[in-house]
This record gives sequence, C-alpha cells and structure tokens, in this order.
Amino acid sequence: MSLFDEDLRKLKSKILEMGGLVETAIRDSVRALVDRNDNLAYEVIKKDHIINRIDVEIDEDAIKLIARMQPKGIDLRFITTAMKITSDLERMGDICVNIAERSLEINREPILKPYIDIPRMRELAQGMTRDALDAFMNKDQKLATDVIMRDDEVDDLKYGIVEELLSIMMLDPTKVSRGMKITFVAQSLERIADHATNIAEFAIYLVVGKIIRHTTYTSDKV
Amino acid sequence: MAENNNKNSITNIKIEVKELNFYYGQVNALKNINLSFIAKHVTAIIGPSGCGKSTFLRTLNRMHELYPDQRIEGKAILDGKDIFEMDAMELRSKIGMVFQRPNPFSKSIFENVAFGPRIRGERNSNKLSEIVESSLIKAGLWDEVKEKLKASAYELSGGQQQRLCIARALAVNPEVLLFDEPTSALDPIATAKIEELIVELKKIVTIIIVTHNMQQAARISDNTVFMMLGEIIESGSTDKIFTAPNEKLTEDYITGRFG
Repeated sequence: MSLFDEDLRKLKSKILEMGGLVETAIRDSVRALVDRNDNLAYEVIKKDHIINRIDVEIDEDAIKLIARMQPKGIDLRFITTAMKITSDLERMGDICVNIAERSLEINREPILKPYIDIPRMRELAQGMTRDALDAFMNKDQKLATDVIMRDDEVDDLKYGIVEELLSIMMLDPTKVSRGMKITFVAQSLERIADHATNIAEFAIYLVVGKIIRHTTYTSDKV
Repeated sequence: MAENNNKNSITNIKIEVKELNFYYGQVNALKNINLSFIAKHVTAIIGPSGCGKSTFLRTLNRMHELYPDQRIEGKAILDGKDIFEMDAMELRSKIGMVFQRPNPFSKSIFENVAFGPRIRGERNSNKLSEIVESSLIKAGLWDEVKEKLKASAYELSGGQQQRLCIARALAVNPEVLLFDEPTSALDPIATAKIEELIVELKKIVTIIIVTHNMQQAARISDNTVFMMLGEIIESGSTDKIFTAPNEKLTEDYITGRFG
C-alpha cells in the first residue's frame, strides 16, 4: 500500500458523491417538469451549491496530490482526468438548475402536450452519466465506448422534439412561449448527454492513455 | 495527504525554538531562528546545501557541542524545559537522532538495539528482549531479523541497517526523532520503506527531518520549513508550501529555479 493510496481512494469517493448528486439533479429537474412538481425544482436549485463545493474540493485535493506525490502513469492520468471530469459534472449541475428554473415557469401555464420524449431523453442522459462514471471508476473501456455511442440516440430524440414543437408553434403563436421553453429543456438534456460523453472519453483516456476527443473514435481504433 | 491538524497546533507544541543564533567561530550559521514543532507531526526542513538545516537539527539534541569554537544563543524549549540547560544524557533519551549513513555499532543486531537501555541501567534480560523486539517491530525490521538477532549488524543491507538505527533510537522511548537525510545513501525501494516508516512513527513520536530531497519532504511531511543562508525564509503546512508558498524565494526553490 503506497502512502497515497488512501488519498486516491478519498478522491474517488468524492467524485462518486458528486456524480450521485448530479444524477439526482437530472432526475428531479425533469420530474419537476413532467410531474408539475415545483418543490422538486426548488430542491435542485437549492442543492447546486453542494455540487459546486465538491468541485472546488476535488480541484484542491488533486492539486495537493500532484504537488506532493509527483504522480506518474495511471495515477497521473487519474488525477488529471478527475479534475476535468468534475468540471463536466459541475456544468451538468448548472444545466439542471436551468431546467428546474424553466420547469417552474412552464408549470405556471397550461400543459402544451403530454411529455413523452423528454422523459426518455432524461432517462438516457441520466443513464449515460451513471455509466460514464462507472466506466471511469472501474476502468471499463467497453462501457465508456457504449456511452459514447448512446449520445446519437439523445441527439435524435432532441431533433424529433424540436421539429414537433416547431410545428405546434407555427400553427398557434399563443403556444410559442411554452414551446420555446420546452425546446430549451430538450436542448439542455442534450448538453447533459454531451458532458456525459466527455466523461466517457476521459475514462477511455484513463484506460488506454490516448486522448480521443475531437477524433472519430471507434473502440477498435484505439 | 497527511492530515494537518493545524487547529490543534497552538496547544500541541512539542519544541519551541526562540531567537536561536549559532556561531562557528565568527560565522553566524543560524540567524535568529524562531520555530515551533507540533507534537506527533512530521516537519521537514529543506533548503540548498549549506543553508544551515543540518546544523539546526543538530542543535536540537546538542550535537553541536561536539564541535570546537562554537557558541549558541537563544532557547529551544522541549515541554517547558530549555534543551540547552538540560542534562545531555536525559535530553538524548528524549530526542533521538538518525543519520545520513546507517551507523550501526560493530555488534550483534540484538546488542545494537539493547545498547541504549543497557547503558541506562537495564539489566533484566527478559526486559531487554522485550524492548529489542518491540523496537524492531516499530522500526518494521522484526520479521526480517527475528531469526538472526545474534548476527552482526553489518550483515544487513543498507536499508535494513538504517531501520536498525531507527530501532536503536526507539529503544529508549524517545519523544522526538531527528532524521538527518536518512535516505540519501539508500536505493528507491529502501527509501520508500523508510518514508512509510516515518509516516507510521509519527503516531508515537514527533519527527523532524532534514532532507535535500524536496519530493521526499512533499511526500511525508505535515509541515515544511524552508531555510537559506542560516535563516528561515518560510514555514507552514506542506500543502501550502508546495502549492502556493507566500515567499518568492520559496517558490523559486521548490520549482527548481535555484538551489
């Protein structure tokens, strides 16, 4: 057992804690909309500072670890990617706050249409987040690759939602305000899935030591 | 990283050095040193060669008195008593020292560890055996030597000899251990063992280590003191010193821009 194994373990558990909070925020911000539950929206907004605090703590811990242990190899990749992953998680938390705020606005108006694809997007984005973090923690390249592939499904759902809302809005201008806000939610969920994809890409870097961002990645190419 | 119990630092000072000056002939080798060492913490002293870090360490158990033409001013208070006014024998049982090169006596492994308790009057052989065993266990050497306690200490490897010297120091139940570049003669594996041992030993003793290996200070210490030309430039938590020191000189030294 190296002098720093315990510190690395603590860093991991903080990332998991942060990931758990972000997953909850994704779930509750969309539930606030779909179930028209304002309390859930307020909860998401109220708890975002916890995510922000852990983000700062992880950065501080990682910087201290780099200064003190001069990490190499997989330890170096783990600590540096941990810092990047938490930036993604922190942004995801902010996006959930935005969704919660829009939900509060939308909930004050009559229902435009039943929510069908938004909950599906939410399920996908939340699952991608969970699996990307699992892939990172367990150094699971296969699962990380799977997350990256799922991003296309989320994109397709978003385009479907936007098109449908566009036609509703074109037919009835009184629905534009609600339509725009729901479009914004779909766009936000798509952004969350993008951040989950980033995390999956960092997981692959952690395992194979190769940066695959901004490339056309397929698992057999690494 | 090692926990910094800075909250408790005010109540838990083991040694407090006040306005310490040290002269070799006309040379003012240590200039107005004021410093506190927290109990059961590892404090590392770093600085370029000739900065006075080893000289300072030696004053803490009065090794400096062995040099000719030296003079010391100021105080170093160990639990309320001035080190420079204590009985030297009593002082050195409270403050042990481990040197750069392992320096076991030309005796058996057992006798090396039993040496301190023996000259302090311990005659009971069962008691001596107990002390030898527990000291070797604390120094992480017992399993490697328990079958050959009568063998000469010189049969051990360099790293083992250094751990034997640590066991010898521990045998008289010191409260403070001074380490003067304890791994500079050792290979990386033996070094890692000594480093892990030092972190383990801080549960029972206060540790002050002089090292020219900055990374070692970063790895194992809770607090770091940076010295230059006989003066303290900066001291503080190791986390702070190695991530955002207050002084430009410290920053230049830890980033390898001089020294």
